[in-house]
Amino acid sequence: MDFFFHVGRYFSFLGRVFSKTERKKIFFRNVFQEIGTLGVNSVGLVIIMSIFMGAIITLQMVYNLTSPFLPVFLIGLGNRELLILEFSSTILSLLLAGKIGSNITSEIGSMRVTEQIDSLEIMGINSAEYLIFPKIIAILFIFPFLYILSVFFGLVGGLVVGTSFGAISPTDYINGLQHSFIPYHFSFSIIKMLFYGFLIATIPSYYGYYVKGGAFDIGKASMSAVVNTDILILVFDLILTQILFK
Amino acid sequence: MIRVENLYKSFDNKTVLKNISVEFERGKTNLVIGRSGSGKTVLLKSIVGLFEVDRGNIYYDQRNFVKMKPKERKNLRKEMGMVFQGGALFDSLTVEQNVGFQLKLFTNKTKQEIAERVSFCLDRVKINKEFFKSFSSEISGGMQKRVAIARAIVLEPRYLFCDEPNSGLDPETSLVIDNLIHEITLDLNMTTIINTHDMNSVMSIGEKVFFIRDGKLQWEGTKDEIMKADDKHLQNFVFANNMYKKYR
Repeated sequence: MDFFFHVGRYFSFLGRVFSKTERKKIFFRNVFQEIGTLGVNSVGLVIIMSIFMGAIITLQMVYNLTSPFLPVFLIGLGNRELLILEFSSTILSLLLAGKIGSNITSEIGSMRVTEQIDSLEIMGINSAEYLIFPKIIAILFIFPFLYILSVFFGLVGGLVVGTSFGAISPTDYINGLQHSFIPYHFSFSIIKMLFYGFLIATIPSYYGYYVKGGAFDIGKASMSAVVNTDILILVFDLILTQILFK
Repeated sequence: MIRVENLYKSFDNKTVLKNISVEFERGKTNLVIGRSGSGKTVLLKSIVGLFEVDRGNIYYDQRNFVKMKPKERKNLRKEMGMVFQGGALFDSLTVEQNVGFQLKLFTNKTKQEIAERVSFCLDRVKINKEFFKSFSSEISGGMQKRVAIARAIVLEPRYLFCDEPNSGLDPETSLVIDNLIHEITLDLNMTTIINTHDMNSVMSIGEKVFFIRDGKLQWEGTKDEIMKADDKHLQNFVFANNMYKKYR
């Protein structure tokens, strides 16, 4: 019953979020602010994570795929495909759900318990639309860029570690990156990122918007928001892979 | 004038407001008093529409708020100002941005006009210019309340609601806040409703006092009548403080 209650309230919440905007000028200012807070501030984390992901995938490929029967370029190719298809989209989103999701829940939850949301309502402002719609637009805008950044730095991480450990030559690695490239894999992951971005923007917002109590409850809400967002990201990964890869 | 008729409100089968009928007069400070948990905040939040009532009617100068459509409510809310218990200032905005927020959103005023109006309202609540660019976390609790009052009156509302505006403040600052709300009520001829359990506020600005107990209206009168009231529960509330026993 609790599950159906949350699903029903989540969709009614989305109805409020997607109602008519108050003032376009303020809306765009809020979107730019959110791009900075939620997107640009995540760039550093994305770069560090991606370098390590690419490096570790390359080392695993080297340790597990080195065989006289397999061509060396498979290491570069495998790294590229794993990053493009899953690591730079799904794994990255799981981690960003933790960073961005907890940020959103605690920000909106604090506004709820300190009556700032009530204050917006008293002014005649649709607080759900005012606070959350700019976050959704900002995340949908910035996520494809974060994905591209992640793929790029993942490949660079693989190249640097693979060659510096003497596991593969730069030429073999780059040959692997260029071998049998399918552009659709890239589009597939961009579509996934848009779905994940929507989940990361709306589920933590929902948990923050309806929080009751104080600091302890905000902490609990943040945890629930991140856990549920992560689960839904994996569920959507399964569904979208099935639909878009058929 | 705000008139409340036969108001009921419950949460999870617990009835918090039970058949409340009151009339809050224009140009006066109407104080709602009662112990913590008596239903004062629920009453105030029901009147402004933050809680949907179960039964009853709320009239804002003959306009029935309960029966209004969302758009009509939205328009009416532009005639309301509210000061919350904790101030509820937007912590991402500076003092002047907080006060100018509604002007920017709902009016076509120029930047210069907004700055002038913000400055006027902040002067009115005696906030020094040096704090205009400060964030709410950088100013004292008393100043936060005064900024919240400035924000509430920036659009010259017809109705002002204050939920325990003195909570957490020292007696001297509380008196400043009380007098400020009273002066502004007279200046703008507003219908002002203040929730409080502070007897000092009752005795200084309680032109009309409503005593709520267990979600029911137990007593109503003026600050002069409250000292002579026979109601046992009201007496327990008023004379909980020894100073008022002596005063009596």
